[in-house]
Amino acid sequence: MKLLIKGGRVVDPSQKLDAVMDVLLEDGLVKEVAKEIKTKVDETFDAKGLVVAPGFIDVHTHLREPGLEAKEDIVSGTKAAASGGITTIACMPNTKPIIDNSIIVSGIKERAAREGYVNVEVIGAISKGEESKELAEMIDMTEKGAMAFSDDGHYVKSSRLFTMAAKYIAPFDKVLISHAIDHELGGEGYMHEGAVSARIGVPGIPAISEDIAVSRDCIIAEYTGAKVHIAHVASKGAVEIIRQAKARGVKVTAETAVHHITLTDEACASYSPATRVSPPLRSQDHVDALREGLKDGTIDAIVTDHAPHAPEEKDVEFRNAPCGFCGLETSVGVILTELFHKKLFTINEIVDKMSTAPANIFALKSGNLKVGSPADVTIIDLDKEWIVESMQFYTKGKVTPFEGKKCKGKAVATIVAGEIVMRDGVLCTK
Amino acid sequence: MAKSNVSLAGRDILDIESLSVEEVELVLQTAVEMKKIMKRDIKKVPSLRGKSIINLFYEPSTRTRTSFELAGKYLGADVVNITTASSSVVKGECLRDTILTVQAMECDAVVMRHPIEGAAAYAAEIADPVIINAGDGAHAHPSQGFLDMFTIREAGKDFKGLKMAILGDVLYSRVARTNIAAWKKMGADVHVAGPMTLMPHDIEALGVTVHTRVEDALEGADVVDILRIQLERQKSGLFPSPREYARIFGVNEKRLALAKEDAIVLHPGPMNRGLEISFEVGYCDQAKIRDEVQNGVAVRMALLFLTLTGGKQIETID
Repeated sequence: MKLLIKGGRVVDPSQKLDAVMDVLLEDGLVKEVAKEIKTKVDETFDAKGLVVAPGFIDVHTHLREPGLEAKEDIVSGTKAAASGGITTIACMPNTKPIIDNSIIVSGIKERAAREGYVNVEVIGAISKGEESKELAEMIDMTEKGAMAFSDDGHYVKSSRLFTMAAKYIAPFDKVLISHAIDHELGGEGYMHEGAVSARIGVPGIPAISEDIAVSRDCIIAEYTGAKVHIAHVASKGAVEIIRQAKARGVKVTAETAVHHITLTDEACASYSPATRVSPPLRSQDHVDALREGLKDGTIDAIVTDHAPHAPEEKDVEFRNAPCGFCGLETSVGVILTELFHKKLFTINEIVDKMSTAPANIFALKSGNLKVGSPADVTIIDLDKEWIVESMQFYTKGKVTPFEGKKCKGKAVATIVAGEIVMRDGVLCTK
Repeated sequence: MAKSNVSLAGRDILDIESLSVEEVELVLQTAVEMKKIMKRDIKKVPSLRGKSIINLFYEPSTRTRTSFELAGKYLGADVVNITTASSSVVKGECLRDTILTVQAMECDAVVMRHPIEGAAAYAAEIADPVIINAGDGAHAHPSQGFLDMFTIREAGKDFKGLKMAILGDVLYSRVARTNIAAWKKMGADVHVAGPMTLMPHDIEALGVTVHTRVEDALEGADVVDILRIQLERQKSGLFPSPREYARIFGVNEKRLALAKEDAIVLHPGPMNRGLEISFEVGYCDQAKIRDEVQNGVAVRMALLFLTLTGGKQIETID
């Protein structure tokens, strides 16, 4: 299978490339990137006026399988990713049962390879059952292809256990992803503590609940020399702590979620269950600090934290709503609308944060369009206008705080291993 | 009865913040007439005859539920009480379905008390009947706000420039949020005091003056609003002991003497005598706590009357 992507603006931060070029994909790999490629191909994709980027990689997705298929499963989740222009997703282990052994890692990878629409990487648990008591078999899971380890959904409460996990896994060069939130400090809070929570009477979660947890895990990363990746950074304090740790040479990396850099706690003032998420949507000063952190490299990646729930689970009072909402089908549009078109970030920076950087953190081969790399490509129409209508989404978790949002910019084709899996919003049959 | 071109017909009453000063005045003026009806020997008028009101209470309540029930009955409406402990809610029925169920029975108004902030707004979004918020978590309790305003007016005080002291558990108090919003809307100067563990972290955003000593809030105050302290707060570590609370933050006669001589004392009830309010203060002449209860029926009559009739049948109650 030879696919030629013709005449698009190729943006590949890994090669500092931003030029109108042709890209030839063959047998699942990038074969050639050049000004004018003339060769016999099976299919030509006319990318004139479009951006051709290395496939977008979302390293923070909840696929919910096994056990929680009412919220999402591998098929619906990977369809959503393909539809949103994402070619690789890494799924979190807080499923039922928890992904804490190699059998489940293998099982998900095999099912995803067979039924999935995009690449699926698996994140194994750090502790058995995510209970923060005993280490999970991380080396065994590594051998079966686990990408990284995390107790996402829970903070590894035991400092000792997190230190042991870091020491144990460091020689294998795997990354620990820290869901760094001191939930005890947050108490009964369920939105950001600030002027809005004071006004509307909702118990607040102080931003320092993140700062404290991030501090500890930066300290443990420094002490052990292990690679620690801070998940969904949402507080200005955490940004500063990570900045300082990086300056000291600590092997810490960080991500922030689309909603944390595009929404504030004002969105919660209507008590909409769609706005409940952990960490919570914070105030503008935090949003500004996160964007600054992205700019100066303190925060490496932008993720979706796609966390779908069944509709009936979200159709409840604000306090009773589970945390999280879908994100795979909104991330590209929302980021282009809020960061690119508002001239805060260039398309090169955005491709870096959503493809190249996450690939580098987790040592994935994708995230670039170098010859020989996986033929994963996201093709973007920067000016396509569209409106978020979750009922049209492929995800089962059709709840989003971006409902009704007018977006500018959209992925118009998703190519995985050299095959077009989505074109103009329509999935190709598998 | 002053004629007014503002109308609350069909309006959900979720909080006072979203009402205009004119709408607030309309409720307060209507309540004056309602209180006259309450004082009659035969205290029943036909204004809401043929209307049905459902009291849907997800939390225990004596005065709010009873006074809404009497308010409806004095105006001739049929009033049904649902206490969720003996309803389908214990079978796990979600709020949407409960609201849709009572709507299907063609009720005209739902008076709802719920432990979760925003629950009344959620119900209003779902259902057509008028929703009257009778307290949603720590957010709002508009009828309490109206009865307090009514009581303050009745004591001969207007709001402009008055010093209002709200004392105690502001963090968890819908009464505090309601009164802060209402009194500021009417031009008063609102001060709060209490242990800082019981204050929202960003309380200044509400536009109040915060004091760490209750004495400073009480100094020269015209209205003293003492919030109920829930004993669970002590168990969850927000203050060390009822003893220390009473000693440092409780309102006793000595502290009350710091307020203006004609200051009035409000308390939403039920009182913890000897904790946030001393026995003497609870029953002193300045304490308008029983008036608040009585006025609660009048303002609730006004709210039901205005939302369900728009004040159109005003003649029938003259």
